[in-house]
This record gives sequence, C-alpha cells and structure tokens, in this order.
Amino acid sequence: MVNVSKIKEGIVIDHIRAGHGYKIFQQLGLDRLDDVVVLMRNVDSEKMGRKDLIKIESNLDINLDVLGLIDPGATISYIKDGERVKKVSLTPPETVTGILTCRNPRCITNQEHITDIKFHLVDAATNQYACEYCDARTRL
Amino acid sequence: MLKNRSLIAPSDLTLEEIEELMRLSEKILQTPERYAAVCRGKLMASLFYEPSTRTKFSFDAAMLRLGGNTLGFSDPNTSSTAKGETIADSARTIGKYADLIVVRHPKEGTAKLMSRYAGIPVINAGDGGHHHPTQTLTDLLTIRHYKGSYSGLTVGVCGDLKFGRTIHSLVTCLARYENVRFLFISPEELTMPAFVKEELNAKGVSYTETTDLEGAISQLDVLYMSRVQRERFISEEEYLRLKDYFILTAEKMQLAKSDMIVMHPLPRINEIATDVDSDPRAAYFEQVRYGMFVRMALIMKLLGAEEPA
Ligand SMILES: [Zn+2]
Repeated sequence: MVNVSKIKEGIVIDHIRAGHGYKIFQQLGLDRLDDVVVLMRNVDSEKMGRKDLIKIESNLDINLDVLGLIDPGATISYIKDGERVKKVSLTPPETVTGILTCRNPRCITNQEHITDIKFHLVDAATNQYACEYCDARTRL
Repeated sequence: MLKNRSLIAPSDLTLEEIEELMRLSEKILQTPERYAAVCRGKLMASLFYEPSTRTKFSFDAAMLRLGGNTLGFSDPNTSSTAKGETIADSARTIGKYADLIVVRHPKEGTAKLMSRYAGIPVINAGDGGHHHPTQTLTDLLTIRHYKGSYSGLTVGVCGDLKFGRTIHSLVTCLARYENVRFLFISPEELTMPAFVKEELNAKGVSYTETTDLEGAISQLDVLYMSRVQRERFISEEEYLRLKDYFILTAEKMQLAKSDMIVMHPLPRINEIATDVDSDPRAAYFEQVRYGMFVRMALIMKLLGAEEPA
C-alpha cells in the first residue's frame, strides 16, 4: 500500500473544490515532474463535503496565480521535515498573462493566435477576467 | 503629455487631456490656415482593413491640412494581409517608415495589438463594435463648441440605444463631467444596455428612460439621434408601428428649446426628416467639420507638433 497521508518535504494543496484537482494538476504541469506527485479526488471533507487534494514531494516553485485563478479557495502548505512550515491562502490574481484565452470570436487574438494575452480581474466575486484587447469577460 | 502615445479607447484620455485637445481644436477651427505646415515632413499610414470612406477621408484631410502626407489602403485585399502577414508584423514594418498609424479593422482589439508592436503612435479608427474614440472626440467638440461646457447639460439620446457603440461611448464619457443628466429615448426593444446603466448608477449619474421623443424633447439641451434599423425588429408590423416615434421632424422641433442642438453620427437614413436640415439647431453636418478639426488636434498632439508662433 502506498502511504500518501504524510510527506516529508514538499507542498500540499488542500481544500481544492472537488473536480478541480485535475485541472490544477494539468495547469501546474505536474505530469512533467520527476518527483512523487499524488492527486486525490473526491476525498471526504467535513467542511466541503468532498474535496480534491494534491501532494507534491518536491520544493517546486508553484505558480500561485494559476492556483488563485482556478480555485481561490484552495490552501497551500509547505512541508519541511514532516512539519508544516508555511501556509498560504489564495486570492484571485489582479492580472494573469498567458493562462487564459479570449473566447470572444470577434477578438483579434483569435485571428492572430496570440498566446500571451493579459487579463485583468474585473469581478472577484465571480472570478471574472477581462481581455486586454477586446474587454470581453471570461473565467477559467 | 500626449506625445508619442496611442489612442485606443476614449477612456485612455484624462479629462485634462480631453480639455487640452478641445482647446487646440477650437484654436485650429478659428484659423486653420495657421496650422497648414505644422506637420510638414510627417507621414501618416491610414490602414483600413474594413472600408469606411467617411472616416478615412476625415483622417486624411486632417493630416493633409496640417501639411503632412498620408499613405495607406482602404481595401484589405490590396494589402499584405492578403498574403497572410500578421497584424503584429504589419505594425512592426509600417512603424519603420511612418510616423503615425491610423487603423480600422473588423476585429476587436486590433488597434491595441498594433500599438504594442509599431513603436509609433496608433490611433484606433474603429475596431469592430468595440471602440471608435475619434467619433467620441468629435461629439465632445461639437457639444463644447455650441454649449461652452458639458456640466449641467441635459442630453437626450434617441434611437437604437442597444447596439449603438457611438452612443455608449459618448454617454460614458459625458458621465465623467459634473451634473450631466440623460434621457434615453428608444423603443422598448432597443433600450440602453445594462453595462452602461450600471456604470451610471455607480457614478450616481441621473438618467430617465422613455419611449416618447415628443414628450421629452422640450427638456433637452442636446439631442443625439441614431438609426433605428428595420432588422432589429421581430416583425415588419412592429417596425412600422414604432418607427415614426423615433423620427425627428420640423414639427417636433417646434417643441424643443431654441438653443437645443441636434446631432447624428451620419449617415442618416430617415431618422431625421430633411425638413430639419435648414433649422439652425441642426448641428449634424457641422459635426463633420468638427470631426476633422479634432483629428487635426489629435494628430498634432500625438506627433508632438509645435503650435505655430
Ligand atoms: Zn479578447
């Protein structure tokens, strides 16, 4: 049996909204990591009913913007020698570049295939972002 | 400072910068001949990926009257886009030989994209249904010229308020001034969209919505007319039933203040009857002149041209 309950060194991304774990896994590129990575889905949670959880046995410098964008409710714990040394809660980033794409078919970015589009947070409550080129709103 | 900047959206400009442009426009329109050489030796590229003769002529006339030169195209099929060049690359290359780019394109955000790569000022002459800032500046100059200022005005906008980009820009821009009141006059099918009203609510700007032009006209200092298009209606009967309510006639003009002005972005179809044209309050053809003067002022400012001594 694989023991996934404790890691010695690394990062635990907890309280991920159920169903969002895989998205985070993909967006952070964890599939390309050589270190041990565990994605747990639909874990029972007192607070959330069900949640997803990711454990990474690596001191990876993870992109908090990506996490804040996908699931601002997730928490990040940094683990050293089996102890939690730092806990970070997320906020949706003010701007994100190169993660979102514009869904407005009339936007020039869809004709020119621009990948480094900057999006500005316009509504934190609904996690909505506006395209810097056409102002159309989108969310991940 | 406007020098070396681009103008993509009306909101790029502060109220002070708008005032700076308005002052210069007024000076130019009083003695245009004094400005006939201020941009000598400068080259403006006017790139119309979508035809708009009216807007292109206005920009070209403005540059030529400043003593500058223009080059460009008004049909995308003659340009290098036909050969598949990207907008970014077009901007990079044109930026190497021109001093200023004026661009119109059917896709939203194109002017902004060009401004990122051109290395020279870019003026947005319309990017799809998105922004058309020099139209807004034209409207502002027209109102300022006739009314002296914006504060305290009651502005009526009439017609298709749902899809009228020109009107949305003008309303949100005027709402930045103190004590401007709006009357939105339209059929129920074509009322002002929520995003504009939300912006006004957030700023505490007062507005009234009505379907009755005749009943509203006596309160207005400015009446901005726009087209009500047949294709916006579900049925021909609905269109025929409603269209006359939103047509301005000499008869309705009798109910208006003696110093109200009538504006229209042109071209008109039938929403202003020709019997209004001879009324001294009809400002819509004069608006075209102001459009050229405000573009002259804008080009001067972006190129950092010195005012004549
Ligand atoms: Zn866009």
